[in-house]
Amino acid sequence: MKKWLSLFSVLVVMSMLLTACGGGATQAPAPAATEAPAATVAPAATEAPAATEAPAATEAPAATEAPAATQAPAAEQVNLTIESWRNDDLSIWQDQIIPAFEAKYPNIKVTFAPSAPAEYNGVLNTKLEGGTAGDLITCRPFDASLALFQKGYLSSLNDLAGMANFNDVAKSAWITDDGKDVFCVPMASVIHGFFYNKDAFTAVGIDKVPETVDEFFADLQKIKDNGTYTPLAMGTSDMWEAATMGFQNIGPNYWLGEDGRLALIKGTAKFTDQPYIDTWAQLAKWAPFMPSGFEAVKYPDSQVLFTSGKAAIYPTGSWEISVFEKDATFPMGVFKPPLPKAGDQCYISDHTDIALGMNAATKHPAEAKQFLEWVASPEFAELYSNALPGFFTLSNAQITLKDPLAQEFMSWRGQCKSTIRYSYQILSRGTPNLENELWRVSAAVINGTMTPEQAGKEIQAGLDSWYKPAQ
Amino acid sequence: MQITRARKPFPIHLFVFLAPAVIIYTIFMVLPLLDSLRLSFFTVSDQRVETFVGLKNYITLLTNEDYSVNFWNAFRNNLVFFAIHMLVQNPIGLLLAALVASGGWGRRFYRTALFMPTVLSVVIIGFIWQLILNPLWGVAGSLLKLVHLGFLFKPWLGLPAYALPTVSLISVWQFVGIPMILFYTALIGIPEELVEAAHVDGASGWHIFWRIKFPLVLPTLGIVAILTFVGNFNAFDLIYTMKGALAGPNFATDIMGTLFYRTFFGQQLQLGNPTMGATVAAMMFLIILTGVLIYLFLWQRRIQTYEM
Repeated sequence: MKKWLSLFSVLVVMSMLLTACGGGATQAPAPAATEAPAATVAPAATEAPAATEAPAATEAPAATEAPAATQAPAAEQVNLTIESWRNDDLSIWQDQIIPAFEAKYPNIKVTFAPSAPAEYNGVLNTKLEGGTAGDLITCRPFDASLALFQKGYLSSLNDLAGMANFNDVAKSAWITDDGKDVFCVPMASVIHGFFYNKDAFTAVGIDKVPETVDEFFADLQKIKDNGTYTPLAMGTSDMWEAATMGFQNIGPNYWLGEDGRLALIKGTAKFTDQPYIDTWAQLAKWAPFMPSGFEAVKYPDSQVLFTSGKAAIYPTGSWEISVFEKDATFPMGVFKPPLPKAGDQCYISDHTDIALGMNAATKHPAEAKQFLEWVASPEFAELYSNALPGFFTLSNAQITLKDPLAQEFMSWRGQCKSTIRYSYQILSRGTPNLENELWRVSAAVINGTMTPEQAGKEIQAGLDSWYKPAQ
Repeated sequence: MQITRARKPFPIHLFVFLAPAVIIYTIFMVLPLLDSLRLSFFTVSDQRVETFVGLKNYITLLTNEDYSVNFWNAFRNNLVFFAIHMLVQNPIGLLLAALVASGGWGRRFYRTALFMPTVLSVVIIGFIWQLILNPLWGVAGSLLKLVHLGFLFKPWLGLPAYALPTVSLISVWQFVGIPMILFYTALIGIPEELVEAAHVDGASGWHIFWRIKFPLVLPTLGIVAILTFVGNFNAFDLIYTMKGALAGPNFATDIMGTLFYRTFFGQQLQLGNPTMGATVAAMMFLIILTGVLIYLFLWQRRIQTYEM
């Protein structure tokens, strides 16, 4: 009996440990989950982390407060931290952008602290609620940042002189619906399009880039028949590619850019209308040209497939330029989303994508504003657009781009009408979330598990359940 | 067996030994859990003001189509996830334990090797298996082609019908060490005399296992089952690593953990909803609690334990 009992108790203890350990691993979000609300309940909790940061800031002569530092710049070193999702840009910020700023403002030290793109919004919200977020916040466009401003996490930047360098369209993504408060300094937009491998086009015998949808599919067929290259490097495993690099990339030509986007917001157009169905129908036709097993191909897989020279065409956007130019050994070109009919007006997605705002709870508001003024300056516009080819400044300042691919993308602004990804403004405010739904159905349409008509119906039904257009 | 009824002084040392665990569990598990339950009865406005709403969040979760479709889908997937573990992981665990416990060459090596995946990081497991199953450069496809079975290869992780079983089996592969070690501990706890006596009576190895060893490890089976249940309904990380928070394709791999994550923390443009997230968490707690109660009252009380 004794023996059995002790054995049993060992088992029980072990099992408890296992639940605890196993749980620890599997429940990872649970403790964090319960922390965050706790912080919102007790305001004291939000102060605590800030308090622990304070000593670092006040290393030097005792308790001189932040404002004092602006009066005597040399007296105290101030550290600013930037929250961002652009972890790909870490070295560019560290080696080019931040040194340029620090050379001008030697009393301010800036740290660029990015997190993974897919986790950024969740991580940032949790940090803001817990009071541990950095001084400067990289702003997602439209509703995500607007919500942060409305909750009081972002400061209003109406008094920032540099805001005069931006026009209304540039500011539209980071302004309240009534246009009264602007809360982030616009940094850049990205333009959608297709990259192609010039060697592959020559090898297959394609002498000019496709202008229309028919030409596009004819070229894809040619590449497929040749057999050396995967015609279209893309997968649907991560789903966002299907929506962002597929649907939002080729769609503006069908729904006529801003006209179609605003019609959706006004409620005069529905996702069950022909332009949207046609967009999905074209996506569905991409499937035979994608790599075999594309259902399980992830974003990095298709990037490698293209940069290793095994694929001919890669649907994406200008943000890919620097990554591709680093990895690809063959000459690359870019072309616009193909037109449904030759001679149509062309539309491109020129998406206001990234901006910088100030954490309302920062300990160093004066220094953070200095940094933002610099970000709004023409100097930053030129530096940023050239350090990160593919991210085009939204500033009115005249700048010169050095990268040929970036120049090509930029030139489309003159030929085509620009629009933004429509799920970003207003339409993603409810449940179910339009952007998430769009990822899901667009991937399902390419996978062939959903028809374009079903996709339109599901998206519209989801939107109708909460969105009442103001008419 | 003898039971002494003499009154002993109150065992104060019990508290000393229990205190560290009780204190740590209370601070890091019990209190947050209670606060999370509390939160599920509130809503939070944009101005971060909490309002008590009673059971409204639960009613929304279970009846509002925007939530209920996802909830029931996640619940169903989680049941499948659990069933695959019970039907594959635990029998294999028992088999491996029986093999390892039967002794022979290399038994220590196998005991360690089979337990290895359990202690590896889930991120590594997810990464390795994604590489193995990758349709572009994965080794699974090339191996199948090598034995002329290339036609069997499918992008399993990307197909709605296969994705959940595939992820489940990867999880089975990772955690099979736990039932194995538990069964192994129970098997080596069986006194030699019983087995020898059975041998003398002329029982075959098969008979000895099913008639003598198996009834004796049956209580362990209960523990393994409840551990699997708790682990599976808390599972999150493997699916998040391999399929992301949207648990595609078309929510085919969405389980309670990923649904909770998405609801609480948000995803891309979807903002997190702490109170609905807490409601999902509370439902997970209720489901697990139900399972544990069933185990305690229906299984543990009825199961015959043989005393040795």
